[in-house]
Amino acid sequence: MGLKLSRWTVTRNLMGGKAEDAGPERLLDGSVILTRLEAAVNWARKYSFFLYPFVTACCGMEFMSVAGPRYDLDRFGAALPRFSPRQADLLMVVGTISHKQAPILVKVYNQMAEPKWVFAFGVCAVSGGFYDNYSVVQGIDTLIPVDIYVPGCPPRPEMVLDGLLLLQQKVKQERWTDWPRGEAPVSRC
Amino acid sequence: MLADLIESLAKIVFIFTVNVGVFAPILGWVERKQSAVMQDRIGANRADILGFTAIGLFHSLADAVKLLTKEDFVPANANKFFHTLAPFIALVPAISAFAIIPFGGRYELFGREINLVIADLDVGILYVFALAGLATYGTVLAGWSSRSNWSLLGGLRASAQMLSYEVAMGLSIIGIIIVYGSLRLTDIGAAQENFFRWGIFLQPVGFIIYMTCAIAENKRIPFDIPEAESELVAGYFTEYSGMKFVMFWMAEFLEMVTISAIVTTLFFGAWHIPFVTDAMLLSWFSGFAGPNGAAALAMAVNIAVFFAKVSFFIWLQMTIRWTLPRFRYDQVMRMCWKMLLPLSLINLSITGLVVLLL
Repeated sequence: MGLKLSRWTVTRNLMGGKAEDAGPERLLDGSVILTRLEAAVNWARKYSFFLYPFVTACCGMEFMSVAGPRYDLDRFGAALPRFSPRQADLLMVVGTISHKQAPILVKVYNQMAEPKWVFAFGVCAVSGGFYDNYSVVQGIDTLIPVDIYVPGCPPRPEMVLDGLLLLQQKVKQERWTDWPRGEAPVSRC
Repeated sequence: MLADLIESLAKIVFIFTVNVGVFAPILGWVERKQSAVMQDRIGANRADILGFTAIGLFHSLADAVKLLTKEDFVPANANKFFHTLAPFIALVPAISAFAIIPFGGRYELFGREINLVIADLDVGILYVFALAGLATYGTVLAGWSSRSNWSLLGGLRASAQMLSYEVAMGLSIIGIIIVYGSLRLTDIGAAQENFFRWGIFLQPVGFIIYMTCAIAENKRIPFDIPEAESELVAGYFTEYSGMKFVMFWMAEFLEMVTISAIVTTLFFGAWHIPFVTDAMLLSWFSGFAGPNGAAALAMAVNIAVFFAKVSFFIWLQMTIRWTLPRFRYDQVMRMCWKMLLPLSLINLSITGLVVLLL
């Protein structure tokens, strides 16, 4: 491959495509813009998370802080909380999930419309944290698939923003075949 | 005949483009930025195409594409036909109410009189109320057909609230009709050429009642009890996902534009600039543009003035939405039946008496 870096390859990289796909555009000498539908849809999805705040514990304060004026989650397009799971894209599991709470979490996950992502916010959601006892679920990934783990007790808002940016990177690389994910793997909990 | 057809088509395309093509997508962004400014935040600004962010405008595009590619969910046991029909019934009246609103006056262009309104009905304002009544069906049907407790409660609340406020809204407008002596919106607009004959000076109480009732009719905060998140999850559209859910939002935004347009037409001088009559505009422009050019320029100025006023009232409604908390359900009903309705009746009797005596 010639290493002439045309306007094309650069744009393709910006829009999330791969540089080695840029053959046809190079022949057309940068006079048209081509992108894959998958890349365009992923671009839209990563800038438009509607959150479902599943807030059960003290991490909720930190969630309010990251959504509020100083850290402002809205900058990344993830501002709008929808309290109906049908309309939400990103399930924010904020806080400790006890075994009593687990069926509710699974139900909310199953009710969400595809495509859907899960964000484990704080060490209790990630692994149960210091609640290493009989009543607490040891990590929500024993119940539902998790996309991003952000530990911390509670995590700093900067960590949450970093986690959101990493999730955007992940969404950018998704393929059509990744969807639908289907129901949560657990049926009893 | 052909010229009439072309003229009507041009007007329809213009209004449709302005409403569905410009206002509906841009208002989502405006609402976001307005809330960000009022809460001392930055607001959405990261979505970029080729490195350009356009102060966050592409977030509207991202939302639209994401919602189009989201799963279209219909609950088990729901009535699929009515569940799909409801968002359309909500959206269509919001779009078609603009048909009778004059966005400019009458102009003589190339020997043809052009009247800048799609349908110059002689019962104009009644058509708006008829369509507002139709919009209630979309909401109630959405709540009923979803087969969910929250949706049904939201639908019931919506029907009670919207029907109640329609009464006070209708009575608040009758004062304006008495003063100008016409139901036709183009006549009411033309009667406000003199700045001191604007509706806001003749019917200040009517304006306040109409604005309150219109926001309640549109179900926006502080009157959003049909969708009250803290009580009913998301109210009548709890079970809607993807594009159908956004159709309810588009209906809300377009109704906001319609309300602003009606307020402008009835109370704020329609397309007129204060202290400038249509004849003055024409005589200024005809000095350098000739008769046809002057008419075209006057038309452009009047349309711009009209939409500037509409934008101002959209801004006002958004400021109210981000300032006030939600009313409780009984407070909303009490406010309608015990405060706004008697107030509009008193306003109506005093207006009638004054018009009779003068």
